Amino acid sequence: MATLTINGKLETFDAPPDMPLLWVLRDVLGMTGTKFGCGIAQCGACTVHIDGKAVRSCVLSVGAVGNREITTIEGIGATPAGARAQKAWLDLEVVQCGYCQSGQIMAAAALLAATPHPDDADIDAAMAGNICRCGTYVRIRAAIKQAANGRQS
Amino acid sequence: MNVLAKTPEVSRRSLLGGGLAGAFLIAFHLPVRASNEPVQPPDSTDGKFAPNAFIRIEESGRTILVMPQVEMGQGVYTAIAMILAEELDADLTQVSLEHAPPNDKLYGNPTFGLQVTGNSNSIRAFWKPLRAAGANARAMLIAAAAQQWQVEPASCTASKSKVIHTESGRSLSYGELALAASSQPPPKDVPLKDPSQFVYVGQPLKRFDTPDKVNGKAVYGIDAMLPGMKFATVVACPVFGGKVGTVDDTAAKKIPGVQKIVVLDDMVAVVGDHMWAAKKGADALRITWDEGANARIGSKEIWQDLRSASEKDGAVAKSVGDIGNGLASGEKFEASFELPFLAHAAMEPINATVHFRGDSCEVWTGTQIMTRVQSEVAKAAGLPVDKVIVNNHLLGGGFGRKLEPDMAVAAVRIAKQVDGPVKVVWTREQDIQHDVYRPVYRDTIAATLSDGKIAAWKYKVAGSAILARWLPPAFQKGIDIDAIDAAVDMPYDIPNFHVEYVHAEPPAVPTGFWRGVGPNNNVFAVECMMDELAHKAGKDPVEFRRAMLGKNPRMRAVLDLVAEKSGWGQPLSPRVGRGVCVQPSFASFIATVVEAEVDERGEVELRKINCVVDTGIAVNPDTVMAQLEGGLIFGLTAALYGEITIDRGRVQQSNFHDYRMLRIDQVPKIEVHVVKSGEPPGGIGETGVNAGPPALRNAIYAATGVALRRLPIDRRLIAAKKA
Amino acid sequence: MRIRILLGIAVIVLAALGIGVWIIRGPGPLDFSAGSRVALADYHDAKPSGVPEKLARASLVERGEYLTKAADCMVCHTTAGGKEYAGGLGFQLPFGTLYSTNITPDKETGIGDYSDRDFLNALHRGVRRDGAGLYAAMPFTSYASMTDDDALAIKAYLFSLPPVKAVPPQNKLVFPFNQRWTLMFWSAVFNRDARFAPDTSQSPAWNRGAYLAEALAHCGECHTPRNLAFALDNRNKFAGAVAAGWRAFNITSDKATGIGAWSDDDLVAYLSLGHANGHGTASGPMGEAVDHSFSQMAPEDIRALVAFLRSVPGLTSTDLPATPAPAAPAGHKDGVTADARGKTVFEGACVSCHGWSGQSPVSPMATLTGAWAVNDPGGTNVAQIVLSGTHRLTPDGVLSMPAFGNAYTDDEVAAVTNYVTARFGGKGSKLTAADIASLRQQTAQ
Ligand code: FES
Ligand code: FES
Repeated sequence: MATLTINGKLETFDAPPDMPLLWVLRDVLGMTGTKFGCGIAQCGACTVHIDGKAVRSCVLSVGAVGNREITTIEGIGATPAGARAQKAWLDLEVVQCGYCQSGQIMAAAALLAATPHPDDADIDAAMAGNICRCGTYVRIRAAIKQAANGRQS
Repeated sequence: MNVLAKTPEVSRRSLLGGGLAGAFLIAFHLPVRASNEPVQPPDSTDGKFAPNAFIRIEESGRTILVMPQVEMGQGVYTAIAMILAEELDADLTQVSLEHAPPNDKLYGNPTFGLQVTGNSNSIRAFWKPLRAAGANARAMLIAAAAQQWQVEPASCTASKSKVIHTESGRSLSYGELALAASSQPPPKDVPLKDPSQFVYVGQPLKRFDTPDKVNGKAVYGIDAMLPGMKFATVVACPVFGGKVGTVDDTAAKKIPGVQKIVVLDDMVAVVGDHMWAAKKGADALRITWDEGANARIGSKEIWQDLRSASEKDGAVAKSVGDIGNGLASGEKFEASFELPFLAHAAMEPINATVHFRGDSCEVWTGTQIMTRVQSEVAKAAGLPVDKVIVNNHLLGGGFGRKLEPDMAVAAVRIAKQVDGPVKVVWTREQDIQHDVYRPVYRDTIAATLSDGKIAAWKYKVAGSAILARWLPPAFQKGIDIDAIDAAVDMPYDIPNFHVEYVHAEPPAVPTGFWRGVGPNNNVFAVECMMDELAHKAGKDPVEFRRAMLGKNPRMRAVLDLVAEKSGWGQPLSPRVGRGVCVQPSFASFIATVVEAEVDERGEVELRKINCVVDTGIAVNPDTVMAQLEGGLIFGLTAALYGEITIDRGRVQQSNFHDYRMLRIDQVPKIEVHVVKSGEPPGGIGETGVNAGPPALRNAIYAATGVALRRLPIDRRLIAAKKA
Repeated sequence: MRIRILLGIAVIVLAALGIGVWIIRGPGPLDFSAGSRVALADYHDAKPSGVPEKLARASLVERGEYLTKAADCMVCHTTAGGKEYAGGLGFQLPFGTLYSTNITPDKETGIGDYSDRDFLNALHRGVRRDGAGLYAAMPFTSYASMTDDDALAIKAYLFSLPPVKAVPPQNKLVFPFNQRWTLMFWSAVFNRDARFAPDTSQSPAWNRGAYLAEALAHCGECHTPRNLAFALDNRNKFAGAVAAGWRAFNITSDKATGIGAWSDDDLVAYLSLGHANGHGTASGPMGEAVDHSFSQMAPEDIRALVAFLRSVPGLTSTDLPATPAPAAPAGHKDGVTADARGKTVFEGACVSCHGWSGQSPVSPMATLTGAWAVNDPGGTNVAQIVLSGTHRLTPDGVLSMPAFGNAYTDDEVAAVTNYVTARFGGKGSKLTAADIASLRQQTAQ
């Protein structure tokens, strides 16, 4: 049995250490908010936070997490940056199919936490690894700016 | 180990809202069956007012709207709910949404007679039936109240889920009226609202499906979780049509968590305790394939075939004037345009979860074609259709891929050999290499000019007939009406006009609908040719088009507006160009201008996009804008990168590293302007996809003088010539 | 008188030729160690040839399997996705393309008809069964050091495998390189055709390591530069070279630019796992050598190799920095920011695994900091890894980087290589699209 701290809770589970965190979350713990898109760190759908930093859970073996804190989309609303991002996402109606958006919001929340007032280059640097097949990029950029400025829609 | 340590919570979302839509707090009820609750018969109406297939009002006042079309990001759930609620005069805070069960009779798309979501026609097709459904229900509720109050129904009005008797100020809520309304006779010819009375339709309301999509609670097909469920992934023969030869699963079986190897004739599935075991097991399989005849086929042969087919005469789809004479008088310009195979690559890889119980079968998936999934699953399971339950989900992108039932069928074939439910998830690699691809097309247009206008236009489309496979009755007289859709439906006035279609199926490669469908190809060829002809005529591309839009005022109005908004005609730096695209497809009128820069090395930078749309009544104008923004990016992605190539019968691309997507840092400002209109709603979901590629290609033409005739854009052709 | 003059001239010419040949040919691969040599039979310490202790009593075929892996025959004689040992892999050389042969025991298309003598002739002398010469892409000048016993054990193993009917494509070589008869002259000059002779001044481990490195693993074939005649130049033994479009780095004991500063554990880890923390990860041909050869070797053999490598005299690669660059700053705006296109590619496709600092958030194997590849201002291996990806078998399974070459243009690959080498190596490469096109050419198969 192994343990992980996820969204502030200690979770106990049984999985081999080489198993990517993504599958532990989704298939073992049933936390399906984190998505599978490519499995090779090219799309960002699986993004979670490890100690507050955005990491691709599809290529991070669970054994390598150790006792660092994991935050997932299910828990990101409890962080100030995450809540701001979620609100801006809804205010600006960013979402289409929504499949990529867990990862987008996780990446945006990590960006906002580290860089409270990101410019376009900061947004590019933090978000270019997240693909949105529905093409919501224009609104993602606007939502991050709104979350940073705290403006209401 | 318990794989169901937690089941994803499926519950009402928290109430959120803001801005204009802040007044409408919608409770969106996600389908509960994903968590394996007992299935209710679809027509169970006990204790409810259920005047039709779309509306259920409970005595509590809760109003359930059943969604005949599927939500794959296009915002259709919100739009459908808005239309129903508009005529029903429902209070949106009391509304919940439910996915419809499979039933062509009740939920079939009126255009197809099938329960299918596609061809950008959800709103077009359901606009009237949904309004009628809402209005009828409202009339019954009013009748029930009037009866109770002993007043004339005409003296009552409805608003926010209440019936009000204006004179006396009495009111009854829909919940209170539900029972009585059930026994009202169904009314006839209830008048619909005048658009000026609309309270919801036309407002940029917040979407009902989004709150759960920002907190991880939304349940897609891939998220289905059932007690005792196993997880599987597949390795299909890399060569189309090939079969499994021998399988050595010794190493795969040794992987912890691998439960079973299921060998089918064309694929092998590894079933495990979780996807990781299945995936590792799949990697460890040693399979020899019986590749079959297709192993000889490559892109080169496919293009050779298509080019020679496109030289033949086709079936005539439309002919106006005298094309022979028209082409004979004046200098003839001819060009051929070629489009590659494309994969859909929806972000949610294809998947299906199946519980095969011997005498019944239940499926959890996200599909655009509910009833076909049900009937194909029944066939594969060897069961009557009524023994197959299909639970639909939100789709993590559809784009036409989920108009096919193959994933559910494969999952059933696997599930037949597994005890209990099994979720089958394709890896991205398997998804891309076993798609149903947007066909290769070759279109040839010959035209003559006279007085700066087009005198004759002969357009020949050569490519797959997807309808011949997908909906055989629709394929008649050798013409695929989808493949020539926007070739026939031309916005320009041309006296001698002729369209032909050559049915040319590529060998080996399965083809299917891809967002934008037939017009995707037609609009590209037409709008590229328009720019080349404008060039020959020595005219500005916008002016050239404008002069031939005399009979098409809606088209001309959006073109004028986009020219103004994009600063058309204003000077640009060297190697920067603007390109325009005009398209009337899906009963919407859209004009788009893309501004792009081509650097010395041939790399293309998108600088600005303007788009003006007249889609008739825009049920939710914000959704219309979002669809165009996203569609443009989808189309531009294809123009810049999209190409599936075949070698030895295999797809050479496999994942996002070699099947590239536009990323946020490459996307410019996109301005969409929605024209106010009282016309019936047009289609919108696919239009942006079709606008992007020709507009970009024409911008490159303007920037470099190079008239590209193939996609994706070949950077080598547009790099500055070396000194 | 005339005759005497002619004779004199002849003597001078011969002497000059002899000296010339001696100069061109240069020292032998082990001549750097000046100790006295004895024939293998006369060496009384632990035998440097053969298999490790644990296999001493194994069957001939099993011993052959170990030696075949140590000699890394498979990588060159198998195409991607093809049948093992069936040949057909293309080698792009400056003068054309060579295809490896089918060495399965198929009688028609493989080596099924080879006698022991035929096999030894091929391995030691580079002569085919039909008498024609082999091109030196087949490292027979290295295999010449191998004992007959070991060579025949390899043959026994190969002959135990299923025969595969497969004819490799025709070589495509330009004149005069397509004239096989010229090869005998090359061979006469450059192939010493001498079996391994232990050096009594060195330890038994060194001798075992020398045998493994020279007779089997043929390290020098990639890591030793070649002279104009395409033969190994052992004056610069292990000083690094570009082979098959990849840079094989300096593995002399030079402290700055070789492996002199690596700990034994680092070297052991690199050879047996393909990765040493802080030194990067093996990719390309070295990655394959680790996967198919070194990772299969017994631990004592790996240590013997390390002992031998340590003794190779240090030579400095002047183009490499004296120390690899430290980690880059964590912020994308800090550190090197030049090459906007390179940054765009990096931020979309690379940063998720490699981080802005070069310290991978997902696996030490993906850490760029400290790797010679990113510190090489030539950028060769970075470009190659971007083009063709890398695929490591680790004890925890597979770790791969996808091949971006099929969807990214030459210009983009050059840009991202220049960006990566500048940001993580300190001195950026200056590759152009044309350079990338040429690298693609060199690795095309
Ligand atoms: S699934 Fe992890 S990045 Fe795509
Ligand atoms: S919203 Fe559909 S993939 Fe991003």
